[in-house]
Amino acid sequence: MERSEIEAKMKELLVEELGLDEDKIANDSRFEEDLEVDSLGVVELLMALEDNFGVQIPDEEAEQLTTVGEAVDLVQKKLDG
Amino acid sequence: MLDGKRLLITGVLTDGSIAWHSARVAQELGAEVVLTGFGRGMSLTKRSAKRLPVEAEVIELDINDTSHMDDLVTFLDEKWGGIDGALHAIAFAPNDALGGNFLNTPPDSASTAFLTSAFSFKTLAVGLRPLFAKAGGGALVGLDFDNRLAWPAYDWMGVSKSALQSVNRYLASYLGKEGIRVNLVSAGPLGTVAAKSIPGFDQFENLWQVRAPLGWDPHDPEPVANMVCVLLSDYASSTSGEIVHVDGGFHAVAAGDAEGLLAAQQVLNEAD
Repeated sequence: MERSEIEAKMKELLVEELGLDEDKIANDSRFEEDLEVDSLGVVELLMALEDNFGVQIPDEEAEQLTTVGEAVDLVQKKLDG
Repeated sequence: MLDGKRLLITGVLTDGSIAWHSARVAQELGAEVVLTGFGRGMSLTKRSAKRLPVEAEVIELDINDTSHMDDLVTFLDEKWGGIDGALHAIAFAPNDALGGNFLNTPPDSASTAFLTSAFSFKTLAVGLRPLFAKAGGGALVGLDFDNRLAWPAYDWMGVSKSALQSVNRYLASYLGKEGIRVNLVSAGPLGTVAAKSIPGFDQFENLWQVRAPLGWDPHDPEPVANMVCVLLSDYASSTSGEIVHVDGGFHAVAAGDAEGLLAAQQVLNEAD
């Protein structure tokens, strides 16, 4: 899958599942500090990513994520792996 | 072991939740399962329900809202006409009731922790009582973290768990003659979403690994789920008011061997 497709889907999930403002979401946006996503929100996003991309994201890897771009990278890695 | 049992499972957030694994094992053992979710967590509960061996229905239940309880009972009555068991996996404490703020916690926050985490076991029991009556009795199981001794940071959640242990005994006492058994499973620390919301809880995991005689895997909720299912089953037909520890034997020993003790000290030093 193209990176741009993953990015688009990520944005869609952040808007639909977490109710974020699309204009505020950038590649380097930090979930906690910039987007004000709390821990429950991060879990919601992770499960949505797993369901939508058919990948599994272990907790240890999820805990390393800080930004939207890193989440896209992780999904890409899982899809390629 | 649970063939044909009709079970209500509360407290499923993700597919890492103790309650989710309990629902999974129960289904594998032949039970029918309905889940409840709460507030913002509802969408997570619904996602997790789809990941069970058999997708389960999800009903909203804020345990402190009596209209929710009424709706749930009506739903279950229409669906099953009775109930054989329920898992109470509900707890909450406000931030200022946790994390070392014990001495400064305001009464409202301590009260919220008690109502949602301990009193709610009574609320669930009384709500489901007519459905248990139609089934000729049944089993209630709650999730506990043993707070007989004080823990760092667990604070008013810990006090609430101590209260839950007492509520467990009183429910067993009042509901026994109706054939309703009431028990708790006291689990060792597991790396669930709920546990991660408690500051410093990860330190407990390290302590467990060095002190529990059987060792402890904080990433494996299955032993706890298995015990929940045993207590929900007829195999526990004469057990009530009990607290069964699924903690690798941790509660039985003051310290591990010399090696374990040293390691435990190190963990505590790091925690400081």
